[in-house]
Formats: sequence, structure tokens, C-alpha cells
Amino acid sequence: MDRLVVTDADRHRYARRHRAGRIALYAIAVISALAAAGPFVWAAITTFKQDSDLYRRRNNPFIFNETPTTDHIGLLINDTGFVTFAWNTLWVGVLVVLITLALSLPAAYSLARLDRPWAGPMGIAIFFVYLVPPTLLFLSLSRLVVALGLQDSTWSLVVIYPTITVPVSVWLLIGFLKTIPKDIEEQAMVDGYSRVGAMVRVVVPLLFPGIVAVIVFAFTLTASEFIYALAFISPSAEKVISTGVPTELVRGDVFFWQSLQAAAVLVAVPIAFVFNLFLDRFIAGFTQGAVKG
Amino acid sequence: MAAPPDVAARRRLADRDGALAWIFLSPAVVYILALVGLPFVLAVAFSLSDVTGGDPSFDWVGLQNFERIFSDPVFWRSLRNTFVFTAVSMFFIVLFGKVLANVLIADFKGRWLVRFLVLLPWTTPVALSTITWLWLLDSVFSPIDWVLRQIGLLQTNMFWLGQPTLAMASVIAVHVWRLVPLAAVIMMAGLLSIPKDVQEQALVDGAGYWRRMFEVTIPLTAPVIAISALFGAIFTFTDMTVVYVLTRGGPTNETQVLASWAFFRGIEGSDIGQGAAIALFLFPLLLAAAIAILRAVRRMEVG
Repeated sequence: MDRLVVTDADRHRYARRHRAGRIALYAIAVISALAAAGPFVWAAITTFKQDSDLYRRRNNPFIFNETPTTDHIGLLINDTGFVTFAWNTLWVGVLVVLITLALSLPAAYSLARLDRPWAGPMGIAIFFVYLVPPTLLFLSLSRLVVALGLQDSTWSLVVIYPTITVPVSVWLLIGFLKTIPKDIEEQAMVDGYSRVGAMVRVVVPLLFPGIVAVIVFAFTLTASEFIYALAFISPSAEKVISTGVPTELVRGDVFFWQSLQAAAVLVAVPIAFVFNLFLDRFIAGFTQGAVKG
Repeated sequence: MAAPPDVAARRRLADRDGALAWIFLSPAVVYILALVGLPFVLAVAFSLSDVTGGDPSFDWVGLQNFERIFSDPVFWRSLRNTFVFTAVSMFFIVLFGKVLANVLIADFKGRWLVRFLVLLPWTTPVALSTITWLWLLDSVFSPIDWVLRQIGLLQTNMFWLGQPTLAMASVIAVHVWRLVPLAAVIMMAGLLSIPKDVQEQALVDGAGYWRRMFEVTIPLTAPVIAISALFGAIFTFTDMTVVYVLTRGGPTNETQVLASWAFFRGIEGSDIGQGAAIALFLFPLLLAAAIAILRAVRRMEVG
């Protein structure tokens, strides 16, 4: 059936298929967006509901049956440690990202590029670190945290979180380094750069998408972490978002539902927004790298 | 033209690959040995001891903790749940992640908005988004029940978290919901790493969408899919946040997984020795899974 002539019928069929494909694409895109963001949209509505509206089984949960109120946001901002938790999460996240990059960038370069015979086994060893779950380490780590004098301090998280982020980051960066041809830095070394110079001036800029990926990963892992944060810290001024909100706004069996939903939306939207900016650049850089490679 | 001596010395060090390899690697290795290796050894020691929250003195009890957890039916229940939770979650995460990745790399109007919305479940701290779900699945006020009642499919309430099968399904659904975006992003990066000319060649050769998908795209991205599935499986296997916030293992341990049970025993039950023993049980299983998948990936890279 090797026809080189494209008939009108072919063209017609192609156009029809193309249109069907577009419709399917939009349908799946809309369904995914609804499935992913639906709970947040609903949470945003709930945030502004009065108690008498929310706690009535017959009321439509997706609209305001009574006048909306901002009382619950006021409660969240003024009467809870929400702002403190958010600030703690932010600075812990930034410091953990910096420590992670400082440790994993050289390590990944060493394992991917410097051709040592132990690089393979060592890479796998670092990967296996990821197999030791926080649930297992939490008991003994809290003793170490006490020994370091960091109990009940947000700094304990700055020290411990890189143990979660470094192994993943090293592996990610090794993967990205493999996509950069070795010729590029060999050429730079021929041109007079030292090994370190070639790495810093030539490889690191090309590795930019990988570095962004590490930042994204390290920050989300850090902001989401729950068990360590719960275990090491009890004073509320030192807590981070992921433990502070559930413990401060859930008192016994009383849930401050609207404020809890407000907290989820207020945290979710900015993080997703920033990551979406990064994601675009990350993907642009990635495709560019692939074309050049 | 001789360089100043200190520059020359630095130059030589900066060029000695062997020394550099160690200098570059050792900070990460030392950090991990101190804060993962040492606690891991301590945890093994705890599992062989009678350390409790009330009595932190260390006494050797051999394998007693292990004998006790093996004779407890809740342990076997949790073990089974862990496998169900991981296998079912991973199946849907890989499936939906793959579909979503294909949608997100396509060019269409409103792509930025769709990406933003789709990323939300992953970028939100899981304890917060799970609390949103806790209310969505509430036994009385669940909006999902409200919709089902409006369509006439339901008379009263589903009690999502109160019935064993539904509770497990809820836990799995929330976990899938939050991890699919991550899987999609990783697979998207994999898809974009396929050289354009390979795709174009296949198109020129007259391969249709599905043929290109199964004969070009999937084989070329298989290592990326395998690696992201490996990370996801390990993460799922050891994660307990969704279970902890949503059901606390209930009703009557029907959604209990090993990680959450270790937490309840070790922390809330204060039996640190037993908690450590249960948690340690995760380790050989993880090791076996990881070795199996790493091997598969290596075979693919060679072949």
C-alpha cells in the first residue's frame, strides 16, 4: 500500500481524525483540570460560608445560600499562627534548597562525570538512602536532634530535611548531566579552563533545567513533610504550615472547617503559581538541551 | 609565561579528577552517613530492645519485638493493605500520569491555566489538601454525597471513610490525586527528550497516532516511566500521611498500612521497640523492589 499520491479522501480522513483528536485533547484537559482543582475551588467557596450555611445537609455545597463572610479568613490571619507558620515554611524551604544544591551538585558531577570506578556503586548507594523512610528514622533522629540541642526549634528541620532532598536531587542531576554531551566540557578544557572552571562556566549553565527541577522538588518535599515536623517541634511559634494548620485549627474534635479550607487555598495557589512559572522555563530549557544534544 | 605559583597549584588540584571526585562527593556522603546511616543503625538497635516512651533505658531483648508483631493479625492486615495500596495507586498514577503528560505537552488554548490547575494537588502540602478531602468525604456534609443525592443515586450518605472497601478506595483515590501531577511532569520531561526527528520520521513513514505512541514514544520513554514508577512506588509504600489524616487506619485497621501502624505503635502507643521493628520490616521489601526495577532499567538502557 505504498501510495505516494495523497487523494482527497485521504485528506478528508486526516482532517476528520485531526478534529476528533483536538476534541479529545480539550475534553481530557478540562476533565483533568476539574479533577485536580475541583477540591480547591470548592474549598475556596467554603472559606466564605457562614456556619449556618455550611452545617446544613440540604444546602447546595457549591453556592452561597447565605451572605458570604470573611470572618474565617480574619480568624486564620489574626487569631492563629498562620502567618508565622507560612514564614517558617518559606525560610526553611529556601535554606534547605540551598543546602541541597550545595551538596548534590558537586556529588552528582562527581558521580556522572569524573569516571571513578566506584561511581556506579556509590550512585546506587546514595539512591538506596531514599529507601529509608522517615517513619523508620523519626525515633532515632529525634534523639539526635535533642543531642544537637535543636529540639523544639525550626532549625532542626533545616538540618534534617536535606537527608530527604539530597538523594533524590543527586539522582535527578545525574540524569540531567547524562543529557549534556561530554565533548562540551572537554572542548572548554582544551580551550584552557580547568576541570572546575569548565564545570562552573559551561556545565552548570547547561544544567539549569536540572537545577530548577531540584529547586522545585526540594521545596515541595520540604513544604509537604509532615512526620519529622510533627515529631521534632511542639511550640506553635516554631511550627511550619503542614503541622501548624492541622494542630492549631483542629482542637479536639472541633474542626474550624472554613479556616482550614482558607489555609489550604492560600498555601496552594501561590506555590502552584510560582512552580508553573518555573515549569515553563524548565521545559523550554529541557527541549533546547535535547535539540542541542 | 609562568602563572603565579598559587594559581598553578590550584590549577593542578582543580584538574586532578581523582581527588576532585572525592572532594565533590564527600560532603553529601558525610551528611547522609551522619543523619541517615547513624539513625538507621540506632533504629535497628531499638527494634532489638525494650525501649519505650516511658522508659528510655536500653535493654537487649533479641527478636522478641519481631515475634510479637508476627503473632499480631493487625500486622498481616497492614502488610496486605500496604501492597494493595501501593499496587492499585501506582497503576492509576502511571496510567493517568501518562495521559496527562501527553495532554500537557500538546499545544492548545488555555494550556497555562490547565497546567496551573493540574499542578495544584502536588504543590499543596499534603496534610492541608488531605484535610480538604476529609471534609469532601464527611459522613454527613459530604458535597459528593449531596451531588449523588441530587442525581437520585443515593438516599442518605455513603459514609466514605466508615466502610472498609470505600475507605480504602478513598485513601487510594486521594493518594492518586496528589501524585498524578508529579508523574505527569516527570513523564512530560521524558517525552520532550525524544529527538524531534525520530517523531517526524515516524510521521513521514505514515505511522498514525496510536502506532507512534506504542512503537516510538512508549519504548523511548520506558526508562523514564520505570524510574518515576519506582520513586512513586517507594514513596507510596512508606507514606502514611493520607492514611493518617483521612482514616487514622480505620475503620478497625481496614486501611492500616505498615507505615501508619508503625507510627501508632511506636509513637502514640509509645512502644518504640515494636514501632521500629514494624518500620524495619519495610526495608527488605523496598530493597527487593528497588533492585528489581533498577535491573529492568539497566537492561533497557543496554538493549
